[in-house]
Amino acid sequence: MKRLAGMFWALLFLAVPVLGVATFAVAPSINVWLPKDVSAHGHEIDSLFYFILALTGVVFVATEVLLFWFMWKYDASVREGEKATYIHGSHTLEVVWTIIPAATLLFLAIYQMNAWANVKMRRPDMPPTVEVVARQFEWRLRYPGNDGLLGTPDDLHLVNDLTLPVDEEVLVQLKSMDVLHSFFLPNLRIKQDAVPGMKIPVWFKGTETGSWDIVCAELCGWGHYKMKGRITFVTRPEFDAWLERKTAEQNSTQPVAEVTGEIVAN
Amino acid sequence: MSTVTVPTTTDHGHAPVKKTGSLSTFISTYVFSKDHKVIGLQFLFSTLLWFLIGGLLALAVRWQVAWPWSDVPVVGKLFAQEGGQMAPEFYTMLFTMHATVMIFLVIIPILAGAFGNFLIPLMIGADDMAFPTLNMLSYWFMWPAFIAFGASFFVEGGAAAGGWTSYPPLSTNVASAPGSGWGQTLWLIGLTFVGVSSMLGSVNYMTTIILMRAPGMTMFRLPMTIWAMFITAVLQAFALPVLTAAGFMQLADRMFATGFFSPEGNIVNNAVPGPGGGQPLLWQHLFWFYSHPAVYIMILPAMGMVSDILTCFARKPLFGYRPMVYSIAGIAGLGFIVWGHHMFMSGMNPALGITFMVSTMMIALPSAVKTFNWLGTVWGGKIQFTTAMLFALSFVSMFIIGGLSGIFMAATPVDIFIHDTYFIVAHFHYVLFAGTAMGVWAAIYFWYPKMFGRTMNEFWGKVHFFLTFLFLNGTFFTMHILGAVGFPRRLADAYHYQTFHHLQPMNAFMTYCAIGMVATQIIFAINFFWSMFFGPVADRNPWNANGLEWTAPSPPGHGNFDFQPVVYRGPYEYSVPGVDDKDHLMQTDPPNAAAAAAAAASH
Ligand code: HEM
Ligand SMILES: [Cu+2]
Ligand SMILES: [Cu+2]
Repeated sequence: MKRLAGMFWALLFLAVPVLGVATFAVAPSINVWLPKDVSAHGHEIDSLFYFILALTGVVFVATEVLLFWFMWKYDASVREGEKATYIHGSHTLEVVWTIIPAATLLFLAIYQMNAWANVKMRRPDMPPTVEVVARQFEWRLRYPGNDGLLGTPDDLHLVNDLTLPVDEEVLVQLKSMDVLHSFFLPNLRIKQDAVPGMKIPVWFKGTETGSWDIVCAELCGWGHYKMKGRITFVTRPEFDAWLERKTAEQNSTQPVAEVTGEIVAN
Repeated sequence: MSTVTVPTTTDHGHAPVKKTGSLSTFISTYVFSKDHKVIGLQFLFSTLLWFLIGGLLALAVRWQVAWPWSDVPVVGKLFAQEGGQMAPEFYTMLFTMHATVMIFLVIIPILAGAFGNFLIPLMIGADDMAFPTLNMLSYWFMWPAFIAFGASFFVEGGAAAGGWTSYPPLSTNVASAPGSGWGQTLWLIGLTFVGVSSMLGSVNYMTTIILMRAPGMTMFRLPMTIWAMFITAVLQAFALPVLTAAGFMQLADRMFATGFFSPEGNIVNNAVPGPGGGQPLLWQHLFWFYSHPAVYIMILPAMGMVSDILTCFARKPLFGYRPMVYSIAGIAGLGFIVWGHHMFMSGMNPALGITFMVSTMMIALPSAVKTFNWLGTVWGGKIQFTTAMLFALSFVSMFIIGGLSGIFMAATPVDIFIHDTYFIVAHFHYVLFAGTAMGVWAAIYFWYPKMFGRTMNEFWGKVHFFLTFLFLNGTFFTMHILGAVGFPRRLADAYHYQTFHHLQPMNAFMTYCAIGMVATQIIFAINFFWSMFFGPVADRNPWNANGLEWTAPSPPGHGNFDFQPVVYRGPYEYSVPGVDDKDHLMQTDPPNAAAAAAAAASH
């Protein structure tokens, strides 16, 4: 009876790695997994994710199975009349299980650096393609217009509907008018907080035409959940035509002067 | 290190329990008591009550996430605007207060306040804390905090709703959210009092552990629980002042428009902008400089207690005592240079992000060392599957998951995608709930006989363990794969996004598990109170453990020990060869020649 109880508890702990691995194995097939990647750099991030998943997966299974095995094997009810091993530790083991994880972790950190630098540090040398200004609870967009400069009368102002050319590096200048927000593009593996008082550059390259979610990922108040935008990639000719059409629409609805300077001062 | 014993009188300025039973005796014994055991129990009862409140808040959060905008059953009428559904600002308040209650009113005070208080003097062989009056105050300073947090639910605009991290300008600008009015001010006041309480406790614990150990209790004969409490107290003492100062700055920003955390031209909700001149990121640095060490404050004591429980029920010495001590110290030291990992996406200099990535990766190392040593401890043991042991084993099993998920987020490029998603919610629930809370249950089942002189019911304890273990994994493991989709935390309704619209059934499953998990605690509550009066009476050492606390009566009277404990060895001498009449040597058992020889040989 005691032995059965011991086996039961050991098996319960074995269920952790078994069901844990099963959950991750099933997840992609039920579509609860990394969303489609449509960016040039996303592949690098995803493969780092898979790399860490494999590495931690091995450690996870190994340690959890050991724990199960010890519970199974060293149950007091199968060790009647014996004493537990009287041992206070092992210098060799301590050295081994310090050095190996230390080296692995250090390698892991170094291995990440290039991808990080690509997304956050190696800023392309170009003027902003568009300015995104976050505010409660919308994304205000400003395109530079024909002169290629932001803050001039020909700027194009839009809300929430970010259209960009595909297969080209784009540079977004990210700002916030009020509180913190976070510019999260799940399908482009991009996330960057928008901070009032700061102008933060964000760059990426879309690789597929189509349209995807813009999500706000930093709590910004009661309407945080509905701070939704769309990012649409179109071909360069379509983009130019779209820009022209929108500019014409804007000019026909409002006199140019009224729009400028309305958005936050730098 | 030499052991210093400070001559302490048993009289702490109040008379020992008298039989007169007058009201003032009652008050000095049970209300404004200076006895560390009573204070520990006061902390325990208060924090368990808040645990219940925090759990109910969590259920309300889960309800909204699973079935947004549907009528909330039972309590819906209390806060509903129309019908029984919750407003989005109510949802933001719920998760803010859930985290606030759990972190500041449950986990931190239950570890240091309840178990630190109860166990430290008993385990080091002292008759009380070094400063009994400060100790009493540390409990009573929790009450202004209880009142401030509690009252904030009822003020105009409701309780704080800016997240437990309280990032400005959302938290400093009154116009930015309903909860950023009085609710936020009360939140800051409550936080300050929690800080005062922790600080009073922390100086007391350090002093007591350094100065009041029983003769023979050298530092390296201390049980891991005490080492963990000691290092936690040091962490508190160094990190807390920063949070307190930051809290005052935020309060000043709100009340006197000092603008420490607000830049110029910051227009919120069309209100008149403040004076500016500040930086929102400054708060994040100050906050995490405290709150990262605080996550270790929230787990180290549990790690210590789990180490003691594992050795007792594996009937084996702790594997690698010194590495265990050094790794706690390592976690504490490194814990001060990793705070930036909460700010990878914040707009902080990305080069600095690389530095914090390296330090964060390295902090996984002492965590790994601890895990391996726990495995080493059960290996070759003679395991008794008591309820306390099951909870302790599950701590190890679950901490592995929480530690490993930390590595994903420490990797800055991967964190770009998973930051502020359910992946991180999974991470900290695995360390804090599946880790610390399970460790706390282990500790309750283990030390209950010492606290109340009776043992909790083992059968119902195991039912409690089994169901909690099942439901917690059902609730939290699934969060990892939700995070892999990028499912964002803190959204009142995410299903209108194309990326997330199909995730509702999974969230409903998690909510069912969460309901089951909270309901299971009814079993615990009944067992806890029932056993206090009807449980089997426990003798001094019901588990055949080695620590000094097991030499005192159960429950110990005022002054703890009815003899002067003298310590001859470390706390983990289980299954000592050559000792035939029993399988363990208590710290106070006089030396035995055969055992001494065996111990010397094995070192
Ligand atoms: C193996 C060691 C650990 C590593 C490498 C690690 C790493 C991290 C990282 C990188 C984050 C930030 C994630 C993000 O915001 O994107 C994080 C968040 C967090 N960690 Fe850990 N962690 C570890 C252990 C722990 C432990 C032991 C605890 C608590 C007992 C803990 C509690 C938390 C909490 C509460 C947060 C979330 C804070 C919030 O944003 O609300 N972590 N961890
Ligand atoms: Cu938001
Ligand atoms: Cu941290």
